Amino acid sequence: MIEPNRDGEVWVFAEQEDGSLNDVALELCGKARELADQLGVSTGAVLAGSNARNLADQLIAQGTDRVYHVGHPELEHYRTLPYARVMCRLVTKHRPQIVLFGATPLGRDLAPRVASEMRAGLTADCTGLDIGDYVEPKTKETHRNLLLQIRPAFGGNIIATIINFDRWPQMATVREGVMRLAEGNPKRRGEVIEEQMEFDDLELAVRLIERHREKRLVNLKAARTIVAGGGGVGSKDDFKYIHDLAGAIGGAVGASRAAVDGGLIGKEHQVGQTGTTVRPALYIACGISGAVQHRAGMEESAKIIAINSDPNAPIFSVAHYGIVGDLRKVIPTMIKAIKGRE
Amino acid sequence: MGYHCIVCVKQVPDTANITGEAMKADGTVNREALPAVFNPEDLHALEAALRVRDQYGGEVTAVTMGPMGASEVLRECLYRGADRAILVSDRRAAGSDTLATSYILSQAVRKLGDYDFVFCGRQAIDGDTAQVGPQMAEKLGLPQVTYFEEVVDLTDRTVRIRRNVGNGWEVLEAQLPLLVTALDTANEPRPPSAKRVMRYKRARVEAEVSREVASAMPDAAAEQREVELGKRLEHLRMKGLLTEQWNLDDLDADLQWCGISGSPTKVHRIQSIVLTKEGYTEVPPTEEGIRGLVHELIVDHTLG
Repeated sequence: MIEPNRDGEVWVFAEQEDGSLNDVALELCGKARELADQLGVSTGAVLAGSNARNLADQLIAQGTDRVYHVGHPELEHYRTLPYARVMCRLVTKHRPQIVLFGATPLGRDLAPRVASEMRAGLTADCTGLDIGDYVEPKTKETHRNLLLQIRPAFGGNIIATIINFDRWPQMATVREGVMRLAEGNPKRRGEVIEEQMEFDDLELAVRLIERHREKRLVNLKAARTIVAGGGGVGSKDDFKYIHDLAGAIGGAVGASRAAVDGGLIGKEHQVGQTGTTVRPALYIACGISGAVQHRAGMEESAKIIAINSDPNAPIFSVAHYGIVGDLRKVIPTMIKAIKGRE
Repeated sequence: MGYHCIVCVKQVPDTANITGEAMKADGTVNREALPAVFNPEDLHALEAALRVRDQYGGEVTAVTMGPMGASEVLRECLYRGADRAILVSDRRAAGSDTLATSYILSQAVRKLGDYDFVFCGRQAIDGDTAQVGPQMAEKLGLPQVTYFEEVVDLTDRTVRIRRNVGNGWEVLEAQLPLLVTALDTANEPRPPSAKRVMRYKRARVEAEVSREVASAMPDAAAEQREVELGKRLEHLRMKGLLTEQWNLDDLDADLQWCGISGSPTKVHRIQSIVLTKEGYTEVPPTEEGIRGLVHELIVDHTLG
C-alpha cells in the first residue's frame, strides 16, 4: 500500500488484446480526465504488451497526459503474474492516487491480484465514480476529495458507495459501457514514458498453451436499437417475434436472464447485471418482467418501450411507453405499423 | 498419493430471489428475511475438486468462513463427498472486506499445510466481486487460474486447465500448487448422496452443540451444561461427526489484517433501489395505438 498521496495521478490500466484497445479502457481515460480535473492532477495510463506502443495515441486522444509503456515479448498475451508485476512496480514507483481497471474478465483477474499485493482497497464492478468527502463516524475526521466508488450490491437490490481513505491507491474495476465514450481529440498532446521491466522464472511459470478467440457476433453495446425478450416470450418458437421486430427496425436482439436460462436464446444476448450493460436510443422489452438485475443493465436507454401482459410488471417502472398486452399480437401489429409508415 | 484439494465455500443470502420484504425501510438488507443458500458457483468448485479426487485419488477439504449457521454449507459438502470440513468463525472477523477475508482464508489454507489445489467459486452472489480467489492466491504465493472450466490434463505436478475468458477460451499450464476459481459452466454438480446425508446430517461444529445443550437444559447450572457439552462433543468426535471449528487464534492470524481494521474499503452510504413509478405513457394494444407510437418514434428520429 502507499500512503495517501494528494498529488498522485489518476491512472487507467489500458487493457488491450491483439493490437487493439478494449473500449472500456478508452471510456475510463475520459472518466479519469474528469476525476483528475476535479482533483487538479494529471492522468496516466499503463499500456503493456509486446507491440502496443502505437496504441498510446488513442489513450492520449481520450484525455491521458502520460502513457507508461512497458514493451516486453513476455507481455504479448495477458497472463496474470507478469501483468501484476508491471502494475505493482509502476504503482510503487509513481504512486498514483487512483487506479481504474475495466471490469472485464481480464480486469477482474488482474485488479484483485494487484490490490492484494499492494494491500490496498479495491471495489468491483463500479457503475459510477465521483469525488467527494467522507466523515469517519468514529473519529469525526473529514477525509476530503476521495474517490466515491458506486456499485450495485446484493444482486443489484442496493447501491453502495464505497471509499478507501487510508490504504491507497484507491482502486476500482468499472463496468464496461457505463462511462460514456467521448469523441477523442487526435490533436491532444501527451507524453509516452518507456518503462523497463524484467520478470523472474516464477512470474513466467504459467504457460499459455492454446488460445482461441471468438468474434463478437452480437454487438449489443454498439446497437442503436435493441429488441429484448424475456421469460414471458414462452418458447423458442415464439422468440421469432423478437427476431422479427429487431429485423424490422434494424436493431439487435437482447434477452433477459430468464430467457437465456430457459434456453430461448444464447447467453451472448443477455442484458443486465450479469450480461451486457446497454444504453441504446431505443430499448423494446418484450415479455420481460424487469427484475432489478435486468433493469440495472438497460434503464439508461434513451427510450424504453415495455410490452407485457402483466400490468404490474416492474419493467413498467423504467418504461417511457407501456403496452399492456400479449406480445404475440402486439409485435405483429407494430411490425405492420413500421412497414406501413409514411 | 493423490491430490489434496481444498475448496472454499460460502453461505450467502439468496439474492436472486429477493422480494420487497427483504429490504428494510432504511434501505438496508433484512438478512433474516432471506433464505441462506450455498453460493452457486462454489458448488461447481466443489464438484471440480471431487472430480480430481475421484479420478486421481487424494482428499477434499471444504473450508468456509462465517457465523455458526454457515456450518450448513459444510454439511452440504459432506453430503456430496467432501472428506473433511472446517468452519472458520470468529466475531473479530466481522466486517471483513475481500482483502481481509482473503487473508483469513489464506491463513486457514496455510494451517492445513500440504495441498495441491485450492478451488473457489468465481464469485459469490451477495457481493459479485470475484476478488477473494485471486487475493488468496496472491497471499499464498500461488499462481491463479480464474474462470476454470475443465482439467485438460493432470500429470504428476503439472496441470493443464481450460478457462473461459468471455470472448473465447485458453489452455494454461501450471505447476501445483495452484488456486483455481470455477465458473458455473464448468460442470454439473452432483446431488447429495442419500447415504452420506444419513451419515452426516448429525455432523456439528462445537458452537452448534453448545447451543443445543443450552436449549435442552435451560435451567441447568453452567457446570452441568459444561459436562453435557463435553460428553456430546466426545460422542460426535468418536463417530467422526464433529466438524472442526477454528478461530483467528487457531489460524495464528495477525488481527491487524482481519475484520474492520484489515479492510481498506468502507461503506460510505447505501441506497436501496426502490421501484419508482414515475409514470409512463400507456399505449393501448390496438392497431391505432401502436401506429401512433411508431409515428411518434419516427418523428423524434428514434426510429428510421
